[in-house]
Amino acid sequence: MTQTTKQGLSRRSLIKGTASVAALGVLGAPRIARADEGPIKIGFPVPITGPFGAEAKDQVKSAELAVKQFNAAGGLNGRLAELLVRDDKLNPGEAATRTLELIEKDKAHFIVGALSSAVQLSVNEVTRARGVIYISISQSDTINEAKDFSRFTFHEALNPQMTAGAVARHAFKKGQKVAYLAADYAYGHEMLAAFKRTAAPIGVETVGEVLHPFGAPDYSAFMPRLMSMKADILCICNFGRDQANSIKQAVDFGLKGPSKIVVPVLLHNQRLASSPDVFEGVVGGANYYWGIEDHNASAKTFNDAFRAAYNGAIPTDYGTYGYTAVRSLLMAVKEAGGTDTDKVITALEGLKYDVAKGPQSYRKCDHQSVQSVFVIESKKKSEMKTDADLFKVLATEAGDPATLRSCEQLGHKPS
Amino acid sequence: MDLQLISLQLFSGIALGAILIMLALGLSIIFGILGVVNFAHGSFFMVGAYAGVFFLGYTGNFWWALLLAPLVVGVLGLGVERLLIRPLYGRPVDDPILLTFGLSYVLVEGVRILFGTDGVPFDTPAALRGVTNIGIGYFPTYRLFVIGVVAVVLVALWLVLEKTKVGLIVRAGARDPQIMRVLGVDIQKLWLVVFGIGIGLAALGGVLAAPMRTVNPEMGNFVLSEAFVVTVIGGMGSLLGSVVAGLLVGIVVNMTSLVAPEMATIAMFAFMALVLLVRPHGLFGKPGFGT
Repeated sequence: MTQTTKQGLSRRSLIKGTASVAALGVLGAPRIARADEGPIKIGFPVPITGPFGAEAKDQVKSAELAVKQFNAAGGLNGRLAELLVRDDKLNPGEAATRTLELIEKDKAHFIVGALSSAVQLSVNEVTRARGVIYISISQSDTINEAKDFSRFTFHEALNPQMTAGAVARHAFKKGQKVAYLAADYAYGHEMLAAFKRTAAPIGVETVGEVLHPFGAPDYSAFMPRLMSMKADILCICNFGRDQANSIKQAVDFGLKGPSKIVVPVLLHNQRLASSPDVFEGVVGGANYYWGIEDHNASAKTFNDAFRAAYNGAIPTDYGTYGYTAVRSLLMAVKEAGGTDTDKVITALEGLKYDVAKGPQSYRKCDHQSVQSVFVIESKKKSEMKTDADLFKVLATEAGDPATLRSCEQLGHKPS
Repeated sequence: MDLQLISLQLFSGIALGAILIMLALGLSIIFGILGVVNFAHGSFFMVGAYAGVFFLGYTGNFWWALLLAPLVVGVLGLGVERLLIRPLYGRPVDDPILLTFGLSYVLVEGVRILFGTDGVPFDTPAALRGVTNIGIGYFPTYRLFVIGVVAVVLVALWLVLEKTKVGLIVRAGARDPQIMRVLGVDIQKLWLVVFGIGIGLAALGGVLAAPMRTVNPEMGNFVLSEAFVVTVIGGMGSLLGSVVAGLLVGIVVNMTSLVAPEMATIAMFAFMALVLLVRPHGLFGKPGFGT
């Protein structure tokens, strides 16, 4: 039942969900001055219970590591940081309440978090109204579009255009035929649109599009039709369990031989929840993969710190968002010399950070973190050296604002 | 649209219906005889899949898992009937609904604690991997196997119900438990066994579904509403209804997704509404049955 909340909630029901917040007379209330002394408090609402609990727990671990490192290095002239973790239960209403509590009761200076797009929108509504900086770690980027954006809104996670774009540029070749299977809600539609935007200039032909309901456990109904399209590439745009289930059933139906399976984001935990045989050869995008450490010094440093803190465990893709977001925030706090919101915004906008995966920076107009995207392929069982040796990196696309939707496309004034 | 595509689509609808039948049968048998609407049925389906994972890991053999998981979960069902459901007989019908609804949350949370919130892999047994040519095209071998297992279970169930003394008692008990008591039949024991069998069938469905879908704590949620739709279409309490409706729903869902994939889920509910308009008690249901 918690699953339904991931479904693209309409703006109207979202507003209804946050009505309790509005009733308190909070939306539009004046900004209150927060103490510029005492611990630096970072509120961290993530879906600890529910189907994305594993991702959320990874995010908490990584964020805690970032805070610990900041404190070990002396904090901000002795002023230490503190992470206030809250369970948003993957529910927009719950997230709004928890965020408001973090700001009002716990006096959090900043908010970082949210995994689902609907939850992210709801957290953003609250932080925007209260004038509190919010760094989102959700893959959807609707809050970066002008109508939902505010100068307090930052987006650390990759957005659909970045991942789907990188994957399409690498995996699509001129003259190929592509069939799409996409989840029928915001995430699927955003990814599908991003793939098609990138695919058009490459010169690939779309032979068919099939939309499936969110959370469908069985895809057999769609397979005969996808088979009949005889595509070179089967592009599957869905998230979480839908990804594992649909790939598994496409393989069962023998689609993997004739077509190459491509996904916008190849999820670490879904690969683990499935077997190497099923995912073998599947290509997708990622914000992080621990295996880049051979060529990437910042990844090596991050992995080593993570291993030391958590019994040799490795950080996951979604977990890393928690780390990079909190690290960038604390670097900006140091730069600003305090927790004053305006000064930290200026510091974040000017920040160049390289803490886990190479250079990153927040674009001025929409505060999207411009960063590298990795195109990875799931390894054959016989090629895996350890249980964590899941993927091989096919390409690394360096961060480049040109690969993003332009500020004008998002509705911002040219800057 | 060519004929091969349509027939292949029809066939995969039957395979989809097979799993639904396993669930709907148990749901229907429990309602028909005990008068209990079991909201925890989807959770037992999920527990069955996890039991399959456990026994597969323990024995390393799919066939043992397929046999042991339904048995063990069926025994768990016996315990649930004896300790939780039985005290509620004679109370309003919402009481067992509330109880089983709560139980489903307990089961899901319990599995999350034991096996984690993430899904766990369940490989298709090596012998049943790949595709088989069925004349109209290639179809996953494992799904053919599932259709076969469900057919065997149905025949066995039919034989037991129609040809044995136990079956006679079950059928009579469903009609009039009062008279059965007067005749000296231990109706409580009968209810216990029926509940156990219903749960065992759900668990078998779970193990069968495990290699097709990933195994996760929420896998029973959606499937429960599908199973309810099937039982309502077939007629609450009617076993034949469950079978026919299970196949019909599978086919309706699949044929809809051929023309309008987005409507696949809605089609199932629209079909239910349509059937209820024409036959308010379902295809094979009897008015007032089970209340």
